[in-house]
Amino acid sequence: MKLEVPQDMTRRHFMRHLASSAATIPTLEFISHMQANAAQVTRNQKACILMWMGGGPPTIDIWDLKPGSKNGGEFKPIDTKGGLQISEQMPNTAMVMDNLSVVRSMSTREADHTRGRYYMHTAFVPNQTVVHPTFGSVVSYELGGQRKELDLPSFVSVGGGSGSPGFLGMMHAPFVVGSNGDVRNANIDGNDRMRLNNRLTMLSLIEANFINSNRGDSPKAHKDVYAKAVNLMTSQQMQAFRVTEEPAEMQEAYGQNKFGRGLLMARRLVETGVPFIEVNDGGWDMHSGVFTSLRNKLTLQDQGISALVNDLRNRGMLDDVVLVWMGEFGRTPRINANVGRDHWARSWSVMIGGGGLKGGIAVGGTDEDGVDVIGKSYLPGDIWATVASALGIPLDTVHTSKRGRRMVLANGGRPIKELIG
Amino acid sequence: MSRSWTGCGAAGKRGDTMMRYLGLFLIVSTVTSCGISSSAAQDSTRPQDKTATSGSADELMGFINDQIRQGWTDNVIKPSAVADDGEWLRRVSLDVVGHIPPIDVVEKFFADKDSAKRAKQIEILLDDPAYVRNWTTIWTNLMIGRSPPRRTSRSGMQKFLREAFAKNRPWNEIVYDVVSAQGHFEQEGAVNYLLSQITGNNPNSNDYVVQATAKTTRLFLGIQVQCTQCHRHPFNDWQQNQFWEFNSFFRQVRRVDHRRYDPVSERMVDDYSELVFRDFTGPVYYEERSGLMRVAYPKFFDEKVDSGPAIDRRTELAKLMTTGEQPQIAQAMVNRMWGHFFGYGFTRPVDDMGPHNEPAHPELLNRLSSEFVKSGYDVKQLIRWIANSEAYNLTSRFGKGNKIDNPAAGEVPLFSHMYVKQMQAEQLYDSLIIASDAHKSGRLNWDESERQRQQWMRPFVMAFGTDENDEATTFYGTIPQALMMMNGELIENAVSTKKGSYLRRVLEKRGSDATKIRKLYLSSLSRAPSRNELAATSKLIQQGRNTKLSAYQDLFWALLNSNEFILNH
Repeated sequence: MKLEVPQDMTRRHFMRHLASSAATIPTLEFISHMQANAAQVTRNQKACILMWMGGGPPTIDIWDLKPGSKNGGEFKPIDTKGGLQISEQMPNTAMVMDNLSVVRSMSTREADHTRGRYYMHTAFVPNQTVVHPTFGSVVSYELGGQRKELDLPSFVSVGGGSGSPGFLGMMHAPFVVGSNGDVRNANIDGNDRMRLNNRLTMLSLIEANFINSNRGDSPKAHKDVYAKAVNLMTSQQMQAFRVTEEPAEMQEAYGQNKFGRGLLMARRLVETGVPFIEVNDGGWDMHSGVFTSLRNKLTLQDQGISALVNDLRNRGMLDDVVLVWMGEFGRTPRINANVGRDHWARSWSVMIGGGGLKGGIAVGGTDEDGVDVIGKSYLPGDIWATVASALGIPLDTVHTSKRGRRMVLANGGRPIKELIG
Repeated sequence: MSRSWTGCGAAGKRGDTMMRYLGLFLIVSTVTSCGISSSAAQDSTRPQDKTATSGSADELMGFINDQIRQGWTDNVIKPSAVADDGEWLRRVSLDVVGHIPPIDVVEKFFADKDSAKRAKQIEILLDDPAYVRNWTTIWTNLMIGRSPPRRTSRSGMQKFLREAFAKNRPWNEIVYDVVSAQGHFEQEGAVNYLLSQITGNNPNSNDYVVQATAKTTRLFLGIQVQCTQCHRHPFNDWQQNQFWEFNSFFRQVRRVDHRRYDPVSERMVDDYSELVFRDFTGPVYYEERSGLMRVAYPKFFDEKVDSGPAIDRRTELAKLMTTGEQPQIAQAMVNRMWGHFFGYGFTRPVDDMGPHNEPAHPELLNRLSSEFVKSGYDVKQLIRWIANSEAYNLTSRFGKGNKIDNPAAGEVPLFSHMYVKQMQAEQLYDSLIIASDAHKSGRLNWDESERQRQQWMRPFVMAFGTDENDEATTFYGTIPQALMMMNGELIENAVSTKKGSYLRRVLEKRGSDATKIRKLYLSSLSRAPSRNELAATSKLIQQGRNTKLSAYQDLFWALLNSNEFILNH
């Protein structure tokens, strides 16, 4: 099916008002309307949390260990509550592994940071004539428009680096916040609201002429983004970003670090109705000293991931929230002269769980040295198709670029059978 | 077509060889883009009889304009009308000096009746000190990024570039210096380019100058080779051995990070860094995907360089890159420069040239490149050719006759109207300063104003934290940008009504509301309000609930937040 851009920006009274207020003075009421439907907590809506490991994580040391191989490294595998083993550096995650699965047969070709980041986020190989939307933007486009009560952007990126909305437009761009939840320049008090009203009236007058002057899409896109920003400024839902309002023990459980706080914020955002949150954790580009780096890093990973799974389960949300953990590629099975691992896209792992997907299994596998996938291998499109099916986005969804090029959801990837209930 | 374009002919002929391929692509592209719109010929945006010149008398202008016109004819499209004075002046100011024109410049330009005033204005802008600042910013960002890695001196890099652009040094000399520089990172600022590209601290590691290799080909040669580090390039014809041959030129570098004792903190702290010569001879070893180890000797395209001890390889490389009839650096610079002014270069992206990526207007690219070389790599001359062209003179409004010329939708650009560009963060900052006349009161020195601008942009720049030192900005067209423009401190200052502020000064002058509204439009949008705008705005000002002062404040706020202000069109 061919989908049109949802008219979600005109849904609100005040936006309709803005659009038609070219030379009139609106009443002061319209901004106060914006608060009317705030504070409605929306539970049990489908969502995806992507944990993005920027730089390319050495999955051979985390999810697919090779004890006994020359490539095995310093860590040993341990048993988990699921039917698979993971790294001994992840003991708490092992205890929730019945909810999570590992796709051990990723083979993705792109081993350059920029290309790999693009490919894993979009399911498409970079191409000169079109910018493909990052998958968070796809989910924002498909699910964001349906969530009428959501004032927040429907794609939030904690820490940034989540790619571009491409031809889906800036309305679906990732909204980037820091893990402290501070949204800059978004607070205005009651007095300022009246001022804002005056100013927006003037603005719509000036903008309308330029939008109608035949200069392409950017003038209109500017107006849409401003509307969204005003929406945000006046919404109670902004509280979702304030991680520090969580009970102290909850903050402790997730970990008082960027990754832990990011995951806790993601859970709060899911509760508010945001359908896609990406939490960025960088620093995985371990060309040297990989095991020393991992000892530090995996402690925080282990704490954050296990806390998130437990928290979602306790709140009855785990079946609605898909969790994906991945980076742009894996790292070389061979350990280099600097005790590092280099870029490697041929055989690596992605962790995926929640959202009603089958947990506790390893999908596919690699040979004894971790160098090749045995049997069927998977592409990012297959991961995103699996996510789409868990979120209820039809797999035959087609997005059409401005040039009229049709692009099938997740580049035509198929959901991974073993993971679908 | 299957032969490697990098492997053809002698060094001096490389450009010609490439051009032959590009010529073939022209035929292909013309065929595929024919017959897009048969109705396009019927409506006209303006009569296509007379070339819309800026008044420049340069001989090359005819060739440039004819080439672009040929594209319009071949594709049966009608170009847009000439941009009116305000639109053109705003655009050329943003593109050449990095900010909108101040109101006095706008009014003077409007009053000038000389038919060659646009060509004259380009000369004025090229001589403006802001020209140096703008191009220093652009190339500092390209070479080391907005958030350069630790122990790289941004100010050192800027100092080098500032001197280069102030003297209008030939582009090949600048490239030569950057590629071959060594020394202290503040005294020899050009070394910061390579310092920012070095990975890790082991010069023996193959990773040490991998990024320097990839970035140098991309930035100065317009060729992307990063994939060929590990395997043959999937699209262009670079081979893995070529990557490592090129890489071997950079193996004689080593960074030295000096530290010193700080008596205040009683600790060792960072002192200066430098790039020094490292004794390295012989080949580079690299691993094929099969696991086979291979060797690579310094070789630039077909030009081999002695790998013995007496040779400074980077100096040899710098020579090879910057000499010849039409070296690739000329093509790459012309392409990038065209892209700067039009929003789209001849290839997309501008730094991925080669037979896999057909350029729009190959003959124009070729001719401009050879003229650029003949001019002595004169950057200002290159800007003159582009900014004086008929295409650059046109409005960004399109009509029925050329609405298919839409590169944003993936079409090959035909330059039949100006394309709307996003303002760079620095351009927006500087334009806000100009619009509110803050550049005159309390003018800051270069370093201080630079520091303030960097600080303002910091929340929008995001480094990926990989060994490539790549970064993204969350600036363009995003909600955080909108929030900053609506509520940020810079805007608050710009629309301040404190004593001595710009608004206060405008409003305290005698004159009608119409005069004052006109002034605010000219300061921000470089044009007068239309009659309808004036009527509607006057009404809002007179009916405002608050004081007149605050009504004007709201108007100026709205002008500075408008799409028309924030876009370069």
